[in-house]
Amino acid sequence: MGDIVSVVVWVLLLSGAFFLVTGSLGMVRLPDVFTRMHAAGMVDTMGAGLTLAGLCVYSLHDGANLVAVRLVLVLAFLWFTSPIATHAVAKAALSGGTTPYTVRGAEAGGEVDDRTGAAPEAARKAPGDGERGGGDTR
Amino acid sequence: MFAVAAAAVLVSMVLAMVRAALGPTAYDRVLALNNIGAKTVVLIAVLGFVNGRPDFLDLALAYALINFIGTIAVLKYIEYGDLGVGTPRETGTE
Repeated sequence: MGDIVSVVVWVLLLSGAFFLVTGSLGMVRLPDVFTRMHAAGMVDTMGAGLTLAGLCVYSLHDGANLVAVRLVLVLAFLWFTSPIATHAVAKAALSGGTTPYTVRGAEAGGEVDDRTGAAPEAARKAPGDGERGGGDTR
Repeated sequence: MFAVAAAAVLVSMVLAMVRAALGPTAYDRVLALNNIGAKTVVLIAVLGFVNGRPDFLDLALAYALINFIGTIAVLKYIEYGDLGVGTPRETGTE
């Protein structure tokens, strides 16, 4: 394969790998479920998108074929369903009583464990705390 | 070059599994499982190119469909307590 195509495929695959690992690291480290959704969306959009785009460029080097069409279909389906699934998770989490994490809520709620997201649990046990910003947005 | 992408996908799947194991609420686990499914789709596609036979993309497409339906079903079960099958509705005739 040509050198330029190889360089383009390398760049796309490495960018996709960067976004995959960064988004997953954010999903481990961020404080609550709503902020973790942000990192998960990064994985679905940029990580999968760039990786599958790299595969698509590689397979298109042999000329137009059905492999590229299938890759585009997979990518389109991921890009359509990922926001829908994230929206469903957010709706279920809000109606299930999860309080979104805010900086003011963390300051008012006191102890915040940013590894396990204990702040929404602690804030849920003390409702009616007027100083907590964003806690009553639903 | 595809082995590097496959390794990155595997590392990110391990991180998502850490969140699925740690997650304090059920929604964290559902989010992590949905994300693992999306990464599985990418992994199937990449592994097809690693082996030089990209014939497994149909499996990736089917897996994306099943993953989405499964996520919606689990969320509906968590939110309502059942899947809504057989529950009486105003206009339902089942």
